[in-house]
Amino acid sequence: MKKVKADPKGVLTGAHYLDGDFALAEGALAAGCRFFGGYPITPSTETAERFSERIPRVGGIFIQMEDELGSIASLIGAVWGGKKAMTVTSGPGFSLMMENIGLACMMETPLVIANVQRGGPSTGLPTLTGQQDMMQAKFGSHGDYEIIALSPDSPQECFDLTIEAFNLSETYRVPTFIMTDECVGHMHEKVVIPPADEIELVERKWYTGPKEAYLPYKPDKDLVPFMIKAGDGYRFHTTGLTHDERGYPVINAECQKVNVTNIIEKIRKNADKIIKIEEDQIDGAEVVLISYGITSRVAVRAVRLAREAGIKVGTMRLITVWPFPEKRIKELAPKIKAFIIPEVNYGQMVREVERSAAGKTQVFGVPHCGGWVHNPEDILNVIKEAVK
Amino acid sequence: MNDEARQKNPIEHLLRMDRIPHIWCPGCGIGTVVTSFAEALRKSNIELDKIAVVSGIGCTGRVAGYIKLDSFHTTHGRAIPFATGLKLANPELKVVVFSGDGDIFGIGGNHFIHAARRNMDLTVICVNNFNYAMTGGQVAATTPTDANASTAPYGNFEQPFSIPYLADAAGASYVARWTALHLRRVTKSIQEGMDKNGFSLIEVITPCVTLYARRNRLGDGLNLLKYYYDKSEIKHGADTRDLDISYQGKLIVGKFIDRERPNFIDAMNQHMSTVLGDDYELYGRINND
Ligand SMILES: Cc1ncc(C[n+]2csc(CCOP(=O)(O)OP(=O)(O)O)c2C)c(N)n1
Ligand code: SF4
Ligand SMILES: [Mg+2]
Repeated sequence: MKKVKADPKGVLTGAHYLDGDFALAEGALAAGCRFFGGYPITPSTETAERFSERIPRVGGIFIQMEDELGSIASLIGAVWGGKKAMTVTSGPGFSLMMENIGLACMMETPLVIANVQRGGPSTGLPTLTGQQDMMQAKFGSHGDYEIIALSPDSPQECFDLTIEAFNLSETYRVPTFIMTDECVGHMHEKVVIPPADEIELVERKWYTGPKEAYLPYKPDKDLVPFMIKAGDGYRFHTTGLTHDERGYPVINAECQKVNVTNIIEKIRKNADKIIKIEEDQIDGAEVVLISYGITSRVAVRAVRLAREAGIKVGTMRLITVWPFPEKRIKELAPKIKAFIIPEVNYGQMVREVERSAAGKTQVFGVPHCGGWVHNPEDILNVIKEAVK
Repeated sequence: MNDEARQKNPIEHLLRMDRIPHIWCPGCGIGTVVTSFAEALRKSNIELDKIAVVSGIGCTGRVAGYIKLDSFHTTHGRAIPFATGLKLANPELKVVVFSGDGDIFGIGGNHFIHAARRNMDLTVICVNNFNYAMTGGQVAATTPTDANASTAPYGNFEQPFSIPYLADAAGASYVARWTALHLRRVTKSIQEGMDKNGFSLIEVITPCVTLYARRNRLGDGLNLLKYYYDKSEIKHGADTRDLDISYQGKLIVGKFIDRERPNFIDAMNQHMSTVLGDDYELYGRINND
């Protein structure tokens, strides 16, 4: 993995007062993203607007595509043309992108998609928050594959995690999602953008060997194949069909096994390196509250009240939501009375916790229909019930 | 490749010979359009390493897999937006979209009109075999009224698109239609399309012997070529409103549109440097990272 410093041209060094959506755009520019194909959708549009304003001064492309089917397709093309590329969307647009997210996985194309979640299903609550696309991020496209998804809980993290998302996506050649939401997207806070030489970027895993020997899908030691771009004389082929190391279609179960296993294992086997979680007061905790994104901010108060009431609550914040930190959950399960998982949906990541805890402890979800965040009291009540 | 081999088959070096035999049926017209394309590549002055081919999904969509250039086999309908990203990311590429009528004008129709409207610098070669062949001969947006298809077993009662009319209205810079009989002209149009600094569309009416022809009892590939021969009429510059195709009816072919208009990148550079002056960084020419 080759690391380089950020190009100062894209880095707006300094302290700013930004909303999460703008911070996503600044993070992308700092990460060297020079292609943005998007389609307007509340509550993500401000990112596209910011990018369209900034990119002409930085050198790159902003294009408002005709729909999200086109946005995601243009991203994959742009990456094979050599650029780093990003789009932002929300539920309805995310749904439209699903088929080509599978193509990006199959072609092992690094790119970043931010989903500023709103309440669904369907058109749902365009202007109000939700965390209802968490499972869609993992399983929304057909077939078996793995992706990476991060969940920022502040505008600062929107900036930081966008850079991280680009780095992860380049390292593993995989689509990487920033699963934020309307609250964080529209929340204004201080965002500190460091000088360019303090921003470390992972360079694309360019192939450098002899041209004749290049095999587009031959996995390297870390299972990630080397990449090239169009126009450099390789005359290579890539396809969404099941393919061999040459990138040629091979329609049988043997090739499927090699191909699909590889795109899955490169993430699963590297999960420990990818996963980032933030823990507090886990040692000796009776219960552990797991949260991500905006809900972590809301849970702070519930946790404080519970601790004041004498309950030993540990917290775990998922910065990486996919791959899911199942190992850590498994480890903690037998030591505690319960996991509590508030989320602004009717029970999504809680299923992962249940699966990982495998009956070794109790698991309480704290569902919310979307449209607003939890009342901390509701979370507190579940904590109290869990320690009864 | 040595000269002798090149003489034997002058386009072999442009094909992925390690993938032959191809999947197309005997008598299928797609291969002949590929030959015309390869011929255009051979004659073209454009550096082959700078040409990329993007296909969608379908019998025609398999073309990308047989052309020995940078080649992308994408998803159904999305070849044009994929190509748009590829071209914009790397403007020195010549990007050719090679796909079927269903792919480009059915599921991908919206992308087509917008790429034409933007005058995106792409060359689109569309094999129009009047049906969705890959999936078994279903009715398409190009199936002539009254023709039979597997999902129009009582005949098609919808009106098809006239591809050149649509391309013209959407703003394409170059529009031509030929049949698989007019191979030399297809080659010439593809060359002209690739040389065009903007959006070009070359429609090639092509026999699908196995499905469209069989289902409509039109005979074999030769019978279809005879139909093209009997019923096609070359009318360069014809009014694109007059190019409808009726079932087994007249086929007006030719080059209909060839005009100049700034392509997407030129328009962007022109506009942005006027508005932003020195703050704007010209794209794709000076500082193309
Ligand atoms: C999203 C999606 N829908 C449907 C299909 C099935 N499908 C594959 S090819 C095809 C039709 C292709 O028709 P056309 O573009 O005319 O190509 P042809 O096979 O006739 O050359 C369809 C419907 C698909 N692959 N993806
Ligand atoms: S089904 Fe039709 S279009 Fe497809 S390969 Fe056979 S003849 Fe050609
Ligand atoms: Mg067809």
